Amino acid sequence: MADLFEFIELTELRKLLDTKKVSSTELTKFFLQRIKDLDKDYNAYVTVTEQEALKDAKAADDYIASPGENPFLCGIPYASKDLFCTKGIRTTASSKILDNYLPPHDATVTKKLKEHKSVLLGKTNLDEFAHGSSTETSAYGPSKNPWDNSRIPGGSSGGSTAAVAAGLAPWATATETGGSIRQPASLCGLSGWKPTYGRVSRYGIIAMGSSLDSPGAVANSVEDLAHLAEIMSGQDVKDSTTGPVPVPAYSKQLSADMRGVKIGVPKEYFVEGMEDGVKQRVMEAIEEYRKMGARIQEVSLPNTKYGSLVYAIVCPSEVASNLMRYDGIRYGHSTKEGGSLLETYEKSRAEGFGDEAKRRILTGTYVLSAGYYDAYYKKAQKVRSLIINEFQEVFKRVDILACPSSPNVAIKLGGAKDNPLFGYIADQLNIPGSLAGLPALSIPCGFARPSDGDTPSMDGLPVGLQIIGPQWGEQQVFNAGYAYQQATDWHKKHPTV
Amino acid sequence: MLTREEVLKLGKLSRIALSEAEVEKFQKNLDTILGYVDELKKVDTEGLKEVNQVTGLINVQRPDEAVAAENREEILAQAPETKDGYFKVKAIL
Repeated sequence: MADLFEFIELTELRKLLDTKKVSSTELTKFFLQRIKDLDKDYNAYVTVTEQEALKDAKAADDYIASPGENPFLCGIPYASKDLFCTKGIRTTASSKILDNYLPPHDATVTKKLKEHKSVLLGKTNLDEFAHGSSTETSAYGPSKNPWDNSRIPGGSSGGSTAAVAAGLAPWATATETGGSIRQPASLCGLSGWKPTYGRVSRYGIIAMGSSLDSPGAVANSVEDLAHLAEIMSGQDVKDSTTGPVPVPAYSKQLSADMRGVKIGVPKEYFVEGMEDGVKQRVMEAIEEYRKMGARIQEVSLPNTKYGSLVYAIVCPSEVASNLMRYDGIRYGHSTKEGGSLLETYEKSRAEGFGDEAKRRILTGTYVLSAGYYDAYYKKAQKVRSLIINEFQEVFKRVDILACPSSPNVAIKLGGAKDNPLFGYIADQLNIPGSLAGLPALSIPCGFARPSDGDTPSMDGLPVGLQIIGPQWGEQQVFNAGYAYQQATDWHKKHPTV
Repeated sequence: MLTREEVLKLGKLSRIALSEAEVEKFQKNLDTILGYVDELKKVDTEGLKEVNQVTGLINVQRPDEAVAAENREEILAQAPETKDGYFKVKAIL
């Protein structure tokens, strides 16, 4: 029985549960035991919710035993990035300022998953408030890459990707502001979905950059992601940026027929300094699409290079504004040192926030302050419109874009830590799409040797192929990912843990 | 590079007490970040409008109906200090 479930796809789990080959309780115990045995090597979880999980599993088993159809996720365990509020369950954003926070409400996504009778295994580690691309800014220490635990899992959703890649959960929620799903999915060899901005409700997810935040998921296949997208998406009265666009039955409409599909390959995404192995694997994946009958054409997105620069202004601005709510009065860390109201604010925030959060708050405050606003923030938002226009033009000519998810495979832990620009540079191939609110996937497309020293992983380290679609174009993106996974088995490779 | 005083002022504006070591570090870090984004100044954005959102949605509203909040206790339980069912704030006068 052991060894059977750790890398299993959700579609398969659904069948096993429906045919009573396994119970939710058995599955839940299986994953809880793996977390106990293995998570010390990966630090994927900040909080494990064993008691609640066993209770939820029992409830799911009762539901399955009763007549009628079971919801797709009924009885299936999952892990949630510790940015999604879970009522009564500690939610930290991997920050000391929320160390003991018990949310009085569920995020809309959490609620939807509960309605499906999902089983929450625990909350996964992230860069503090999702500020970073390695999980090294977490107040609870970095997560490790299951392919080589001397290396980063990527971030900010690195706890979620480490958990799924190590078989400590069959899927996990994740969020993107600029690359935080695609980059860690790529580095851990998983399938990751970054939705169209406004496709999935942000309500109850601890805010980072509100014009960019997009909650999504990581799993072992694109087919699983299509199912998850159906469940997580939709308009929410509690998030006025969710669109009224209907949610298609993505999983039922999956098509692996790539004949005649126009795929653009943006030449600017093969940046200087990109690892050769990464470039080769991605070119091979694109060749695979050609064999499937897709029409490949090179395209140009000349403003790509400004994406990270725009983000380095827009993101901290929104961060500075969103993080003002932590005041030591209503919830979160409050200083033990007495003093005036002002001192309470200043000390609570000084004690509660880590380095990167402070850096982004100060940067945002600077670029938004009187005298600098036009030169930085307003200018950045104008350049953002250039980037959006450029995507709109290119999607008149092609159906989807294919390119690398990250310029490199996972780097060594510590390599990111002291570079205040790491997050912006690591995500340079994801950020332009985020600024335009576009849907995207990262899917595994092979392995490459790292350029910063060797790795004990025999295969090398995972490389991710990025598929970007037009706004609301989730179906095209899922179809392309699905087609690739029908033709190849890179998504079925797992690390030895 | 930003002066010491400028960084301290940013700390004041953002309500974060900064240590001496932090002031020095953030002077350098902000210099790196502002240097990084400097290239944007060269981009021709003549006639372009700034983007503040990408959905194109306008004035999304829900019905203005009062609903009972049933988690008052849980909300207050998160506060460091409460009194008579309210958040307790320091005296400001």
